[in-house]
Amino acid sequence: MDTVKPPPPVRRIQIEAEPTVVQAPPSGNGHAPLATGMAPRLKQLPRPATTPLERMRTEGLSIAYGAKLAVNEVSLTVRQGEVLALIGPSGCGKTTLLRSLNRLVELTPAATRGGRILLDGEDVDGYDVTWLRRRVGMLFQQPNPFPMSIFDNVAYGLRERGSKKPSKKQLEPAVSEALHRAGLFEEVKDNLDHPALALSGGQQQRLCIARSLAVRPEVLLLDEPCSALDPISTQTIEETIVALRSEIAIVIVTHNLQQAQRVADHVAFMYLGDLVEYGEAEQVFRSPVAERTREYVSGGFG
Amino acid sequence: MSAHAGARAAPGLWGRIRGNESWSVGDRVGVGLAWAAGLLLCAIAASIVLYMLFRGLQFLSFSDIFSHPLPGLGESGGGFLDPILGTVVVAVLGTLIAGPLGVSIAVWLTEYARPAWLARAVESGVEIVAGTPSIVLAIFGLIVFQESFFSFLSPTGEGATPLGRSFFIAGAMMSLIALPLVVGATREALHSIPRHVREASYALGKDRASTIRRVLLPASRRGIGTGVTLGMGRIIGDTAIVFILLGATLRFEPNGSLPGWDLLTGNGSTLTTYVFNNSPAGEGGQPEKAYAAAFVLLAIVLALNFAVDLITRGKGKSWTR
Amino acid sequence: MTQGGAPAEGQPGDRTDQRTELVLGALSAAVLLLIAFMIVFVFTKAWPSFSHNGLAWFGGGGNVDEQLTNIFNSPADPDEYVYTLHAWPLLYSTALITGGAVLIGTGLSLLSAMFIVEFAPPWLAKVLQPVVRLLAAVPSVIYGLIALLVLVPFVGNDVISGAEKESVQYVIQLDGTGLIVGVTVLTVMIAPIMIAIVTDALRSVPRGWTEGAAALGVNRFRALRTVSLRAARPAIVAAAVLATARALGEAIMLSMVSGSHAFAPNPLDGVTFFFEPALTFAAAIVDHADELSVKPSGQTIYAFAAILLISSAFLSFAGWVARRSMRKYTLAAR
Repeated sequence: MDTVKPPPPVRRIQIEAEPTVVQAPPSGNGHAPLATGMAPRLKQLPRPATTPLERMRTEGLSIAYGAKLAVNEVSLTVRQGEVLALIGPSGCGKTTLLRSLNRLVELTPAATRGGRILLDGEDVDGYDVTWLRRRVGMLFQQPNPFPMSIFDNVAYGLRERGSKKPSKKQLEPAVSEALHRAGLFEEVKDNLDHPALALSGGQQQRLCIARSLAVRPEVLLLDEPCSALDPISTQTIEETIVALRSEIAIVIVTHNLQQAQRVADHVAFMYLGDLVEYGEAEQVFRSPVAERTREYVSGGFG
Repeated sequence: MSAHAGARAAPGLWGRIRGNESWSVGDRVGVGLAWAAGLLLCAIAASIVLYMLFRGLQFLSFSDIFSHPLPGLGESGGGFLDPILGTVVVAVLGTLIAGPLGVSIAVWLTEYARPAWLARAVESGVEIVAGTPSIVLAIFGLIVFQESFFSFLSPTGEGATPLGRSFFIAGAMMSLIALPLVVGATREALHSIPRHVREASYALGKDRASTIRRVLLPASRRGIGTGVTLGMGRIIGDTAIVFILLGATLRFEPNGSLPGWDLLTGNGSTLTTYVFNNSPAGEGGQPEKAYAAAFVLLAIVLALNFAVDLITRGKGKSWTR
Repeated sequence: MTQGGAPAEGQPGDRTDQRTELVLGALSAAVLLLIAFMIVFVFTKAWPSFSHNGLAWFGGGGNVDEQLTNIFNSPADPDEYVYTLHAWPLLYSTALITGGAVLIGTGLSLLSAMFIVEFAPPWLAKVLQPVVRLLAAVPSVIYGLIALLVLVPFVGNDVISGAEKESVQYVIQLDGTGLIVGVTVLTVMIAPIMIAIVTDALRSVPRGWTEGAAALGVNRFRALRTVSLRAARPAIVAAAVLATARALGEAIMLSMVSGSHAFAPNPLDGVTFFFEPALTFAAAIVDHADELSVKPSGQTIYAFAAILLISSAFLSFAGWVARRSMRKYTLAAR
């Protein structure tokens, strides 16, 4: 090759061309943008006619890690038959509040708690903590199935109960019921003895749901359960949550405003440890009372 | 649905157990046993330390550390300066051999390791040494160093067969005890240096050898120091090798007349054999001397362990900001 | 596993690099050769003892002490060397003492580790960490000394009754050194290593599992036993293998404390079983070390060393197999 090849022609950017962006319709009627952008609610069973049964209540709950106050005098109610969503930006006490409901916050050495938490009207501190945790189950952000088979995972809570160990025959109906309720049974029914860690992320999280459901809790706490999952798994889990609503009181912490809009009946907005607003989902999302709530819900910060 | 039933209904699979009944008898027994084991551990540790302290101070006099032992066993009086020096000689010798050798092997295993079968074999070899009892290493030392090829390393007995026992030989075999510890600690230190440090050095045009010398080894100083100190501690505490490979004299017995070398190829004792010989198991039968020497030995070993703690606890350079 | 990439060939630093690699590789290969020689030499020296006895080497019959003395007193003519040895009492004692110490030690260590990790008050847990390391560093001769001067007289005078001594007095002397003191002190010696490894393993169980178990309403002990201990199984096996290797190789302390007669303690003797002397292979080497100068004795002692080498190799292999079979359920399975 004696001659040097000429460089390729330079492409010029057309500055004057029409932008290929779809114009939004003129919004001159004064409606807040919230109304058009709100996520649709999940198809759900009709709400019961009677007021939902109150299961848990916090009164002036405060939690501090050492000197730093994480939750400041929060009072809210958790009812069976509805989903309570705790929303708010990161680090504002939502997870801490959730973990105090089943006294898991006590596992952190520096944590101190003030105020009261009531389960069915009785103070939670009076209970043996393991008994409390059987009635108030929890699901974590990262799926955490034990290094055992699928069957052993779901049966774990039923086996390690203090009294005599039930036999495998006795456990089978309970395990398959829990797997059905979690929406996982069809996928694993032939592989119950396979290691749980071989499942995909979404399946693992549903396995954890089944594991929690197996002990028949009355309240279920969900700590951002879908944040590590793909959209399809997320949808399946949200449908499960809504289906469980009538039997179990559900509290879900979520970063995802659209998820909260999809599943929640009541919403509590927390900001820097304070409970800023608490009310029905429609009201908090469409016409929030507090300015801070309005800013957060419209995406102003967070 | 799952309404809050009467508290005392017969618990089926889901019956609520209230209060402490969630702890079965087996669980309570387990917790009790755990407490018992933990307290037993404390008691044993406390009694060993306190007893050694008590007996040691009872029988140790400061002059013992600085006076020579009487040549005959079973005579009262005399200190144990020679055994202390013997311990120092063997420890220094063993560490001087194990240190560079261990670091070399660790560097080769981490940075080069070609061919792969050789690397695996060397790794297994080091593990084999780690798992070999020191008494077997001692005997092996005898086999090797009793060959006439090595006759310059120890006093020669009758018929010109080498005795096969000397400080040098003992130190050399002791290095095998420390070797796996140095190799392990150095490898760990080298592994914990992140890739980007090496890549940065190569990107600057430095070859592997100078990267190792200038960047990686200085960064692994703490790990190497830990390994060497641990190895030294094990050498000082070992009795079997010294017992077999260092004769039975209480004092130094130099071999020949070359200064320094006569000491290394001579015989003597270390604190460990001194304690052993003066205990009822040896021929001395003087428990007071044994206690005093054991106290000093324990103090040295604990000081070394404390030094390892200090090295590892010191704030290390972090590789990420 | 090598790290990073080497610079391209042909650059100036390349030759230093090659030289360094050669030197370091040669050193490593030299050490490997040394170790290989050790194994070969020990077996070569030990072979005559095995070949003269055949499988009866491992069998019983006769008094081992007498047999060893006869070997030592062999006539000087190589053709007339005496090799007869039926080492069953040594084999049996080694298995008994090592097995006993490891079994009891593992149980004690697991319980202590659970105590330190979960039930101990925080100040005590912090104190126990360095204490355990301290115990692991104490030289074996010091354990032997304390045992010999405190435990043995106690057992010999206060625990063993006169009647028991009389019952076996024609066969052996019961003076306190023996099986129970040997196993006890050996257990105390190997426990700290196991405790350190198991506490580390229990502490590094992922929080997701421990919190998950707690959130299901399982009490602390159950969660520890069914989740943490289970997750730590590979580490426990590794610790047990390490402890067994240490126990097998313990020569000095046992020779001081477990009795110097190569006797096979007889369980049918009842309580006296625990006080009878027992001699392991390693302790036998120490006890008969001054007989190494006589050729057939030396070869017999090398045979003991060969047995120890085989046991260590077998032990490492067994540990490797056990840990591989546990990989199925750990996080690494993915």
